[in-house]
Amino acid sequence: MRIALFATCIVDAMYPATARATVSILERLGHEVIFPAGQACCGQMHVNSGYLKEALPVVANHVKAFEDDEYDVAVAPSGSCVASVKHQHLMVARRCGDAGLEARAAAVGAKTYELSQLLVDVLGVTDAAAQLGSYFPHRITYHPSCHGMRLLRLGDRQLDLLRSVGGIELAELPEADQCCGFGGTFSMKNADVSSAMLADKTANICGTGADLCAGGDASCLMHIGGGLSRQGTGVTTMHFAEILASTLENPAAVSGDVRLTTGRTAR
Amino acid sequence: MSGTFLGMPSLPVFGIGNLHEHEPFPKAARRELGNPQLRANLGHATRTIRDKRLAVVSELPDWEELREAGRAIKESVMTRLPELLEEFEANFTARGGTIHWARDAGEANSIVAALIRDQGATEVVKVKSMATQEIGLNEYLEEQGIAAYETDLAELIVQLDHDKPSHILVPAIHKNRSQVRDIFLREMEGVDPELTNEPARLAAAARAHLRRKFLSAKVAVSGANFALADSGTLAVVESEGNGRMCLTLPETLITVMGVEKLLPGWEDLEVFMQLLPRSSTGERMNPYTSLWTGVTPDDGPQNVHLVLLDNGRSAALADEMGRSALHCIRCSACMNVCPVYERTGGHAYGSTYPGPIGAILSPLLTGITAEENNSLPYASSLCGACYDACPVKINIPDILVHLRGEDVDSKRGKNRRKRAMPSQMDVGMKAASWALSSGKNLGLVEKALPLGRLAAGPDRKITKLPGIAAGWTQSRDIPAPPGQSFRQWWNKEHRAARPDAAPAAGTDAAGTDAPGPGSAGTEENP
Repeated sequence: MRIALFATCIVDAMYPATARATVSILERLGHEVIFPAGQACCGQMHVNSGYLKEALPVVANHVKAFEDDEYDVAVAPSGSCVASVKHQHLMVARRCGDAGLEARAAAVGAKTYELSQLLVDVLGVTDAAAQLGSYFPHRITYHPSCHGMRLLRLGDRQLDLLRSVGGIELAELPEADQCCGFGGTFSMKNADVSSAMLADKTANICGTGADLCAGGDASCLMHIGGGLSRQGTGVTTMHFAEILASTLENPAAVSGDVRLTTGRTAR
Repeated sequence: MSGTFLGMPSLPVFGIGNLHEHEPFPKAARRELGNPQLRANLGHATRTIRDKRLAVVSELPDWEELREAGRAIKESVMTRLPELLEEFEANFTARGGTIHWARDAGEANSIVAALIRDQGATEVVKVKSMATQEIGLNEYLEEQGIAAYETDLAELIVQLDHDKPSHILVPAIHKNRSQVRDIFLREMEGVDPELTNEPARLAAAARAHLRRKFLSAKVAVSGANFALADSGTLAVVESEGNGRMCLTLPETLITVMGVEKLLPGWEDLEVFMQLLPRSSTGERMNPYTSLWTGVTPDDGPQNVHLVLLDNGRSAALADEMGRSALHCIRCSACMNVCPVYERTGGHAYGSTYPGPIGAILSPLLTGITAEENNSLPYASSLCGACYDACPVKINIPDILVHLRGEDVDSKRGKNRRKRAMPSQMDVGMKAASWALSSGKNLGLVEKALPLGRLAAGPDRKITKLPGIAAGWTQSRDIPAPPGQSFRQWWNKEHRAARPDAAPAAGTDAAGTDAPGPGSAGTEENP
């Protein structure tokens, strides 16, 4: 299968290891990965902040970038960005009165998948250790991000994939379905409420005794990881793609400098 | 609204009354977050109701179909509201009731006060009602020399404490039982000075207090949960039975109801009687459902009035994206699941309608251009829990985003007219729109990543940012950016290992770096 990777802007610029892991997993399964060159961002930040006019060129760029290349499916390591591509792009086009863009956005959205969706529903991955060689000997917990859970209905796909990783120990996160408090510009406009939500999330994470908290959205993980770092907990965050890509021979480093850890998890 | 006065009243009429923030939400939220008693009470109470709701909802195999039916019925009511209202009026009037139409809160208040005065009454008993909270009826009546006694236990607690409700179903959710005992001891006439904080003793004290009012009141004021157009019937759904006392004992009954509460007929009520109790109190069925149709000679109230209230509802109905907010049946499920509400409580929203529904309904009723309400649509992380819980499937997150768009556009217009400087957010969003609307531009920006790395310093994290970004660093660090973006890695290393692949825009594809190892995806940055 020829798979177009939508890295997402935050992963592209801040968490490239997540996109590299995504490429690694898909190539290991024998698929060809392409990176549509014109891609940038889904535009969700603009839409969710009310800047629809400014969102339009971002949305139009994404649609153009993902209709230029020949590929079977597109994939992004983010529930939130995929939900934006699938739902918000149509709304933005409609609101700006661009019916042509709306139809094209619908076509791109229809073949765009979140990573766990693609792995489980399309590529039939049920056992990461057996099918991907995934090995990650750490005690982790897992936060399901809201948009993957409620807009894409990912269910336990990410968690089930993580459970099937060799050597892993999964600790259940209490009140896992509660929002971490990120919410895009909400984290700045309503910083006090966002921080209060974050404090409850990080307390729950630390209570599990896990070395790190895995998730499927880099932005939520940046928020949670930023809080864990500020509180000096020594606990860090990691995208589930990196855990799936980790093998015995080439283990994922849990203490890299973009991880914000104090080293407790470095083994 | 237009800044030019054209000599005509502007339409539509926006809502007035208790529908506004008193201060911007972030500021009010900050104060409420500082109240540990409030946080503890709210956390406990919302969690309890949340669990109860989940249990009774999961018993129903057709819950999703019920939600869809509720949504569809409400949508059809909104599309033919004028004819249904006329049908209701004809049937209600034919059965001896009297209809009054109120354009806004002011009209509704004066109609109710005049009706009470006609009876020569100076006090009324009240059934718990959101509509009368919205129009500020109690305060208005007090100015007119009429005492209004709330009979719902929680409303009574709030009223005795000269406080405001903080939740639409459990208005005293922010008070615990020791606080309730103190309020009763301080404010309730003839209360036993030995009163303890046992729930049964508190309820008994309230019962004794209320019984005196029920037996003496000549006039009752209520809201209504539903109105059935095909028979002219009104319905009140409650738990305590105090509402039924008000609805049956006094000679005169005055109901104030928003026009959107209408249902076509009895078979529609069946759907909502399954949706409402489960969503609000987490019960299969509420203890008391009272239905009345006009006047029954020698039985119950003999003067039956209904004030049909617009107060911004027509304006909300005119908003194609936002109108489904009028489907709300005031169950409060959305606030019980909202992580923002759980932490700030209802007072932070200012309006009678707090929580996620309040964050859309209040600005829709008052108009989003009402400056005092324009921080409400931002009072959400857009987690979507409210949409999942809503028994009539109001897509609250989408409407929040719609209202944010309206707010940004309205400010854009105002700034242009005032030739004001754009805000930091405006400037940032414009710059981001440029950077994120082409791979080439984003690639250029990514060339600056090493600068961010430099700014992060030796501990590899950024802990303080200026301006609006300071909101981020108040509780979170930012990691040092990576040495190279994914795009750069793809072109320099991954693509180099596969010469047939196309270069990503915004990078020097013909870079001089040596080809990397290729497919290993987990190696850390240099």
